[in-house]
Amino acid sequence: MRQTWEMPGGVHPPENKTQSLQYCIGTLPLPERLVIPLDQHTGAPAKLIVSVNDRVLKGQMLAKPSEAVSASVHAPTSGVITAIDDQPVPHPSGMTSRCITLKPDGKDTWSERQKIDNYRDASPAELLEIIRNAGIVGMGGAGFPTAVKLQPRNPIDTLIINATECEPYITADDILIQERPEEIVEGIQILTHILGNPEQVLIGIEDNKPKAFEALEPLLAGTNIELVDFHTRYPSGGEKQLIFILTGKEVPSDGLPADIGIVCQNIGTAHAVFRAVAQGIPLISRITTVVGEALATSRNYELLIGTPISYALQHNGFNESDCARLVMGGPMMGFTLQDPDVPVIKTTNCILAPSHAEAPRQPPAQACIRCGMCAEACPASLLPQQLFWYAQSQNYERLEAHSLFDCIECGACSYVCPSNIPLVQYYRAAKGEIRKLQAEHLKSDRARERFEYQKRRKEKAEAEKAAKREARRKAAEQAKARAASGAETAAPKQAGAADDLIKAAMARAAQRQSKPEEQIERQQRALASAEERVARAQQKLADAEASGTDQQIDQARAGLADTRHRLSEANRKLSELQAAEQSQSITEKINASPKALLEKKIAAITQRMATAEDKIAGTEDPAVKQALRDGLAKQQRKLEEVRQQLAESTDAAPVDKDGAEDAAAQAIARAREKAAAMADMSEEQKLRETVNSLKGRLQKAEQRLADAEQNGSEHIDALRSGAEKLRDKLAEAAAKLEEHS
Amino acid sequence: MLNVTSPHAHDGLSTADVMKLVLVATVPGFVALTWNFGWGTAINIVLAVATALACESAAVALRKRPVMFYLKDYSAAVTAVLLGLALPPLAPWWITVVGTAFGIIVAKHLYGGLGFNPFNPAMVGYVVLLISFPVQMTAWPAPYLIMPEGITPPGLWESLQIVFPLLAGGDAIDAYTAATPLDVFKHNTGLLAEQLYGAEPVFAAGELAGVSWEWVNLGFLAGGCFLLYRGVFTWHAPVSMLVALALMAAIFYDGGSSTSKGSPLLHLLSGATMLGAFFIVTDPVTSASSNRGRVIYGALIGVLTFIIRSWGSYPDAVAFAVLLMNFAAPLIDNYTLPRTYGREKSRRATEKQE
Amino acid sequence: MIDFFSQTPLLTALLTLGGLTLIFGAILGFASVKFKVEGDPIVEQIDTLLPQTQCGQCGYPGCRPYAEAIANGDQINKCPPGGQTTINALANLLDVEAPTLDEEHGEESDIKTVAYIREDECIGCTKCIQACPVDAILGAAKQMHTVIAGECTGCDLCVEPCPVDCIDMIPVEPDIADWIWQLPASSAERASELNAANIIATDRTSDRDEAA
Repeated sequence: MRQTWEMPGGVHPPENKTQSLQYCIGTLPLPERLVIPLDQHTGAPAKLIVSVNDRVLKGQMLAKPSEAVSASVHAPTSGVITAIDDQPVPHPSGMTSRCITLKPDGKDTWSERQKIDNYRDASPAELLEIIRNAGIVGMGGAGFPTAVKLQPRNPIDTLIINATECEPYITADDILIQERPEEIVEGIQILTHILGNPEQVLIGIEDNKPKAFEALEPLLAGTNIELVDFHTRYPSGGEKQLIFILTGKEVPSDGLPADIGIVCQNIGTAHAVFRAVAQGIPLISRITTVVGEALATSRNYELLIGTPISYALQHNGFNESDCARLVMGGPMMGFTLQDPDVPVIKTTNCILAPSHAEAPRQPPAQACIRCGMCAEACPASLLPQQLFWYAQSQNYERLEAHSLFDCIECGACSYVCPSNIPLVQYYRAAKGEIRKLQAEHLKSDRARERFEYQKRRKEKAEAEKAAKREARRKAAEQAKARAASGAETAAPKQAGAADDLIKAAMARAAQRQSKPEEQIERQQRALASAEERVARAQQKLADAEASGTDQQIDQARAGLADTRHRLSEANRKLSELQAAEQSQSITEKINASPKALLEKKIAAITQRMATAEDKIAGTEDPAVKQALRDGLAKQQRKLEEVRQQLAESTDAAPVDKDGAEDAAAQAIARAREKAAAMADMSEEQKLRETVNSLKGRLQKAEQRLADAEQNGSEHIDALRSGAEKLRDKLAEAAAKLEEHS
Repeated sequence: MLNVTSPHAHDGLSTADVMKLVLVATVPGFVALTWNFGWGTAINIVLAVATALACESAAVALRKRPVMFYLKDYSAAVTAVLLGLALPPLAPWWITVVGTAFGIIVAKHLYGGLGFNPFNPAMVGYVVLLISFPVQMTAWPAPYLIMPEGITPPGLWESLQIVFPLLAGGDAIDAYTAATPLDVFKHNTGLLAEQLYGAEPVFAAGELAGVSWEWVNLGFLAGGCFLLYRGVFTWHAPVSMLVALALMAAIFYDGGSSTSKGSPLLHLLSGATMLGAFFIVTDPVTSASSNRGRVIYGALIGVLTFIIRSWGSYPDAVAFAVLLMNFAAPLIDNYTLPRTYGREKSRRATEKQE
Repeated sequence: MIDFFSQTPLLTALLTLGGLTLIFGAILGFASVKFKVEGDPIVEQIDTLLPQTQCGQCGYPGCRPYAEAIANGDQINKCPPGGQTTINALANLLDVEAPTLDEEHGEESDIKTVAYIREDECIGCTKCIQACPVDAILGAAKQMHTVIAGECTGCDLCVEPCPVDCIDMIPVEPDIADWIWQLPASSAERASELNAANIIATDRTSDRDEAA
């Protein structure tokens, strides 16, 4: 006798297991249609590989695993796929999910099956592939893909097979062991082979299944599989609880059994593995206990996946009016079904249809008196009363400190609660809310990252642009400086090099910090004075020649030469400045916005036209008149052209100016204004505001459309439909406004 | 189809059942009280229950809640019975009414009703009375066994006349009172414990720890054991309280000298010790929630009880000790979470997510 | 030695006090090094609480700038996407009274939305891409754009700039994978459905929920 450990807490509800054990495993005739959900397991839903109207064979894969943690789905019988749509599925939410509807053809034709005669010849990898392709998931209730669980991250020394079935009413595993013990043992051996023959293989079973124990025990002689029974107490079948009972080890709270070298598999899973490997049968059916006082008979059935639950109920004399609630799973952890037509799925171990007497409606919850019975019953040694307190006040920080996530939702606390408080629902709601908050937090972190990245990117682009501008400016300055120094030394010799001259002049002008006009004026004054001096010098020379000594004449000549030199110098400077002035006006022209240019052009043309008209009036010669008129007409055309250009450019101007990076800021500003404006408004005002803004947008859109039509833009259609939509929206808003006022 | 959350099965016991069990468990103590002190306690209880039910109904009705739904949880009745047991028999009627009304209205409903009250309503009522009306509250009738010769204990009618002086039609009857064992020790000046035991009738006639009182306490002990057996509460708080009290008494017994504070047995079996240990300290609403916390909670009540009994100005101290520890219960809760499955050690309630 | 101290009480007192000063100074200094708390800068903490929609409804160009503004004393009730929950969290962090949402900046909405571009109508103008604060729109000039739904914060800044009005804010449909259990109606709530007067503070569940 092997040592077992005592699980803390736990309860012992009435077992109710005898009702469904009176008969052997039954089967039902093929239903008219099978509804096979794509998501019957933990992890990502399977990915469709068939389409509507496909004819499929029994065992053919309908959907393949979409990710690592996912499971395939197979056709439970041969037939035609009539629909792939959202249908109600067994889920506590009562919501719909994607399902394949299969209409059986009644022939039950198998697709090709691949069997492995001796699993020992196959490598674990091959076997795992078979299990994965057979769509096998944990049959105990959670539905975790078995292939994933059989590839643990740590070496395994213990394989535990869970035959506990601690929930009341359920006998699916019990009867499976009683009727097919050989297949189960074979399946367990395949599992041990895959896991690299762990040191111990334990089957955990509660002592309320003596028949199953007797059926299994003789087959284990000569194997290293050990059958361990322990006294019945709910929830000893919980994975963590069973591991503790059998080994005395605890799975770390944020870890997996594999972390302590243990893998736990349900006994039904072992059976499914046997079928997949040795018989090539994928998971297309399962044993389900159909039980309850609202049924005429209670029995275990091997049901095809996808069989409507109502179909199984009808075959057992279902009395709907006497049924208090319809539960999938056991009375402790199962959930109610709102729609009896939902299909049987891979995890449907029990369909419970209790009568009103069997499952009376809970009286309303009373106040929690913190009696602590829940804490005594909790198999995880939590403080359910404190968890309840904090769940009620949504104090998530405290909940996490009280290890809410170690709760396995077994329902033992609710079972014993004298105040009838639905404790488990509080924990589920709190867990869901915490998970949702965490997801939201992750998402907001991502949004922050993306936003900050965008900001950095824009800043970087801006900085690069600025750096480029700076570089260009510096290069220009350097060139100027070079040219200036060159001009100062070389100017007299290469006065003709206009380019250099301009640059030199500009450099000097910049040095002097004065406007070119002033410089020109100053130069003109200097020139005038130089001319005067030359004139005076000439006068002096003439005087000297007339009356002075030789020396005086020489002096006067030298003075004249000097003044002449200055004059030429002044002349040169003036011409330089004038050249600079000209280049300045050119750059100005270039820099001027196209609009300004166009306006100037218009002014020039009108000027020209005016003079032409004057000339026409002034001349007598008809030939000349005609020529002038032609010219005038041409000018007129040009004027029109330019005017149109101007119009276009005014239209385009704001867009150009806005620039890409301002769009967001502007949108924000607009939104803000709008929000601010909206805040104080009544409903009617708001509607009116909406109508106005829509009108504005419509007008804009129409304008855009008109432009596009004129230019023959390729977007005409899109713009037109956009305008159309806006018109519709406007009409709608106007109607609403009318309704309101 | 009905859409409800799991589990779909339920254990039979309800809150009302728990309360009824508590009421049943008070019977041995009540019988012992009545046997030794007469009809006073019975009158107290009837008065208190009537007042409690009236106050509870009024409070619930004012809060616009379904009255019957709340009355049926029996919590008001339990509060009233416990207060009735704790009050001195033959106390004037208004003492019982005021105490009960205060407990139910102020200590219970103003804090949100059952499950939300931080303080034990019965003990709040008791302490309010003790502080406000110390004379009436410390006048315990003499046990029948040590009534002096010639004095007959009051019958039911006389008892009613004592409680309701109006019934006596002017000539009020006085109850014959006597010092309790704890009073005797408190007012001891210079006698050795042994001498006290010989001189005072209250000890001389007793077997274990003072006449009558020992039987009352044993009665409550029996009731407590019954509740323990039925799993209404765990052993942690009461046992740790009794052990702490006994330990303190043993430390300060001082070999029975004239400064002795009394033997452990005296402390365990006199005053409200057993009533407190099994019916007040175990009140789940106001005590610590984890078993470890309950051990600390109970032990500190035991220590405080002894300290107040020995050096305070009131003869008994269970009520004060319980109320003081009610304050501390949430703090104890914060530091005494049990070790959860899969965790190396227990955590603190104030722990932040790492 | 003892004689010396007893004969010069003034000096003794000075020495004693001086010694104590040194000892306590050393202890305090040690403690300040040993138990130094590495606190998050307040802006970081505020930023973590904001919903990161980057919608700009608060008047700042993003959540981070608003966090900085709050740290510099701005009101904490300008964030409609975060709603009362965020305001309460901020109030809790900053230890101030929680105000109600400033309606001037928009209204709180329980319905989460995500932008959706009707792709056949998109003309590829890139205006929405430029407006999106979290780069959740994919596309290029003259190419159809699309929204990466998982990254969209639902700020609706892209709707207005669209010239052909092909962006809708569609509410996020509840999905079976996102479904979570709801708290059962508490007894107090059920009672308040009975038209309760709520004269006791704990009876007023709405208040408690808001405070939580």
